[in-house]
Amino acid sequence: MSVTVRIPTILRTYTGGRAEVAAEGTTLGEVIADLEKNHTGIAARVLDDQGKLRRFVNVYVNDDDVRFEQGLDTTTPDGAGVSIIPAVAGG
Amino acid sequence: MRKMRRKGLASMAVQTVATTSESTVDLGPAAALSCRECGHRVPLGPVFACEECFGPLEIAYDFSGYDTEELRRRIEAGPANIWRYAPLLPVPADVAGKPNINPGWTKLVQADNLARELGVTGGLYVKDDSGNPTHSFKDRVVAQALEAARAFGFTTLSCSSTGNLAGAVGAAAARAGFRSCVFIPHDLEQGKIVMAAVYGGELVGIEGNYDDVNRFCSELIGDPAGEGWGFVNVNLRPYYAEGSKTLAYEICEQLGWRLPDQIVVPIASGSQLTKIDKGLQELIKLGLVEDRPYKIFGAQAEGCSPVSTAFKAGHDVVRPQKPNTIAKSLAIGNPADGPYVLDIARRTGGAVEDVTDEEVVDAIKLLARTEGIFAETAGGVTVGVTRKLLEAGVLDPAKTTVVLNTGDGLKTLDAVAGTGLTATIRPTLDSFREAGLA
Repeated sequence: MSVTVRIPTILRTYTGGRAEVAAEGTTLGEVIADLEKNHTGIAARVLDDQGKLRRFVNVYVNDDDVRFEQGLDTTTPDGAGVSIIPAVAGG
Repeated sequence: MRKMRRKGLASMAVQTVATTSESTVDLGPAAALSCRECGHRVPLGPVFACEECFGPLEIAYDFSGYDTEELRRRIEAGPANIWRYAPLLPVPADVAGKPNINPGWTKLVQADNLARELGVTGGLYVKDDSGNPTHSFKDRVVAQALEAARAFGFTTLSCSSTGNLAGAVGAAAARAGFRSCVFIPHDLEQGKIVMAAVYGGELVGIEGNYDDVNRFCSELIGDPAGEGWGFVNVNLRPYYAEGSKTLAYEICEQLGWRLPDQIVVPIASGSQLTKIDKGLQELIKLGLVEDRPYKIFGAQAEGCSPVSTAFKAGHDVVRPQKPNTIAKSLAIGNPADGPYVLDIARRTGGAVEDVTDEEVVDAIKLLARTEGIFAETAGGVTVGVTRKLLEAGVLDPAKTTVVLNTGDGLKTLDAVAGTGLTATIRPTLDSFREAGLA
């Protein structure tokens, strides 16, 4: 399954400055693994030492926050948009 | 020259922290940005997330060389607004002379009537931030962000907002001559929409909740369309958040340079509570108050209670929720500073609790009829949680307690819509007596 991944500013050093890249995978975990193949080092920025999403990283598959879905096991349908976003406070 | 500088800094915002050149901005004692998670330091700039671990960046200060008594005298001789604390904030020394909304130095109301009602004997105070220029505590943080925006050469101020912030940004931008374009959930209370729109900036309703708005702004900031924009609570967030420290400074100074024993703070993102703790710690380290224990309590509405749920479950991570509460200014289902709130509540011996919307409304009325303070729903949440924690024996009634009211009830009139006329009578004395009003 091919998806489009939106890369936040602080990770664009790994994508040559590109804000969007293509990746393959049927789940978010597979998509991140594929990102790592093509953009070495990016997975360690998104995942912690246990391989879980870092707590200040928000990831959306289309419009859904994966924390409300199945986390890294969230399915990524063909053509889906995946957004990686640093958590920010506000109000 | 100025245009070139602005473009350069804006480009920095959409590239990476690693490419940031050494900062030359004058933001007083602010020395650098430091990651709260891993400690990675970067120069001052319009960035908010650590490139190493995504953790939040916050201001690291250089307070060396301050003499405690001279600092105290300087503060006490300062203006009756937050700039009296300029030596402790990321602002230039001449900040008081710049066009800004100059918030703060709001009343610390000794709430004896409320204390009697709740059985508090150790002294109960309401820090009433409805007295700020746009009637909420948000003026404090926006005033800080405006100074950072000015230092970094931005000319457009923006934010994602649950309403109060939108108004504060609109007002500050108007005063300082900035363009403003702010984003809110489309279904906010009408009062907040009007209070944000009246300042003449652009106000955009997003079809979604606050977390959706926040996500949108985070994506906009990384896009060329958002280049050159200062988002007060995104790329200016490290500076913005420091404004909440002034609540801690003022409370202590107004208590006679004394720490309160207990503080009850509302939780939306959790930023305010963490910065109040930071402010108290700074006052202790600088010798401006005696170093003794204090407890910080967090307050949420049951319909958006991710932090209190985690606290009560003993968790150190916060599971996001979909908000459903009348306390819309606190309706952040995915609170970025939630884990830090848990740490602080546990470290200080405090707690995090939540109340139902019905209890929020009751508390708004309680504060109004006992102290003459009309709080917005967030104030109802703190007063309601204070009552609940006193009844549960978690708050000590014999200790000095400060409760925050962060906004004006005129902004959330719908919450108390059932409140109205006692009677309708003819303009005659007979009618007055018949109605039982004599």
